[in-house]
Amino acid sequence: MAGERRGAAIDIVGLRKEYVSGAGRVLALDAINLRIAPGEFVCIVGPSGCGKSTLLRILAGLDTQTAGTIKVEASGWPVVNAMVFQESGLFPWMNVETNVGFGLMTRGVPAAETATRVDAALRLVGLTKFRKHYPHQLSGGMRQRGAIARAFVTEPAMLLMDEPFAALDAQNRTILQAELVRIWEQTRKTVVYITHSIEEALLLGDRTVIMTAQPGRIKQIIAVPFLRPRDVLALSASAQFGTLKLDIWRVLEEEVMRARAEIEQ
Amino acid sequence: MTGLSPKTRERLLYLISPIGLILIWQALLMMGIGDRRFVPAPSDIAQRFVKLLANGELEWHTAVTLYRVFLGYIIGAVPAVAVGLLMAMFKPVRVFFDPLIAALFPIPKIALMPLLLLAFGFGDASKVALVAIAVFFPVVVNTYVGAANIEKIYWDVAKNYGASQTVMFTRIVFFGALPMIFAGLRIALAVSFIVLVASEFVSTKEGIGYLIWNSWELLQVDVMFVGTVTIGILGLITSVIFQEIERWAIPWKTE
Repeated sequence: MAGERRGAAIDIVGLRKEYVSGAGRVLALDAINLRIAPGEFVCIVGPSGCGKSTLLRILAGLDTQTAGTIKVEASGWPVVNAMVFQESGLFPWMNVETNVGFGLMTRGVPAAETATRVDAALRLVGLTKFRKHYPHQLSGGMRQRGAIARAFVTEPAMLLMDEPFAALDAQNRTILQAELVRIWEQTRKTVVYITHSIEEALLLGDRTVIMTAQPGRIKQIIAVPFLRPRDVLALSASAQFGTLKLDIWRVLEEEVMRARAEIEQ
Repeated sequence: MTGLSPKTRERLLYLISPIGLILIWQALLMMGIGDRRFVPAPSDIAQRFVKLLANGELEWHTAVTLYRVFLGYIIGAVPAVAVGLLMAMFKPVRVFFDPLIAALFPIPKIALMPLLLLAFGFGDASKVALVAIAVFFPVVVNTYVGAANIEKIYWDVAKNYGASQTVMFTRIVFFGALPMIFAGLRIALAVSFIVLVASEFVSTKEGIGYLIWNSWELLQVDVMFVGTVTIGILGLITSVIFQEIERWAIPWKTE
């Protein structure tokens, strides 16, 4: 469907975010410069509280930066971005089908077209049989599939994912990672994916952005050399994968320790 | 009772206390303990109940009471839901209504009856208005609390997926608050019977409240009991219907 169409180009320049909290001003993000190519899958890793979720929320338009600019080139796409949240965020009062079609309903897509597109999205994530179920009747993994379908169905130029599989058990996580890779390879949207798992970043992404502890700055960007299409399971067993994981961990470790030290103070 | 399933046994146990109480009551009076003129036996009440049904009197009073409750309930509950949702969505609305609700909620609504009689006269309107006012407060407070406590993630999702204010109101805030709205509507149902029957004691010639008060003045104690029992039965029936509506309206509610 997307064919030659590639996802959004994102250009983040000098982004800075300050919060005013009870304790005074808190610098959450500082000097973020990041250029993301159309159709690229970028993973952002960093210690807890490094502002990576804030960065994603600013990209999603749910928060605003204190300084800096974000340019998104997404012409030809009906929707600029769609976010997948950590807890699926499926509305408990809507069944799967209505949840998946939500972003189409809000944008006034005609009912017949909505039905066709929702059908396709449900098939893509394997939830066709559960379309009339309510979220509380689904497992955590199925709820996340629903959330992914809800994002893909709107045809966003970029997909913003905030640790979408963090709450799942290891087996479900592996299955969903593989499915996400498969779906993404078909559509080639630009993806910004937040995770605290180095493995996940390596399995899914084209590049891994490592962030510093608070204030969040970009510490290093590592290109992930694995070819596509990727076999997630085989890849995680390879020697090259292990070496790269260790390299990234060494970079990240320092920041994690620093973040912990600050918390313990 | 050994041959019965635990569930059936539980149900029987459930009935034993009220039936037992009625039997003891009947037996005591039949043994001549207590004055039957002041404390009628259950059988006397039942007889009177049937008589009042037969001449249509009880049906008429019940119909009048139900009509007033129903009308007042709707008139009170609908704006209460709307105001509660708007309070959760818009801060100025909240700031405007908060002190009003805080000041007016604790006033016993029956104390407003003289004012309402002045404003609406002796007809149905004053009773309906009283029910509406009494219903408004528990519903508005529950609706607001329900809507204000909708998890932040749902607001984020709605916003990120392009929801307009209208969609936010009708698809997110309303449904998110619905379980709490129903809790408020439930309290309001009981409250509406309580204030209405009390208001029917004065300035009307119709309704269950009038039936009870009139029989007190004529010292027809059995009729007083018939009126009280009727209110109990109405409360039970409306509450069962209400539960069914709730189950239908909130299919995502987990037991």
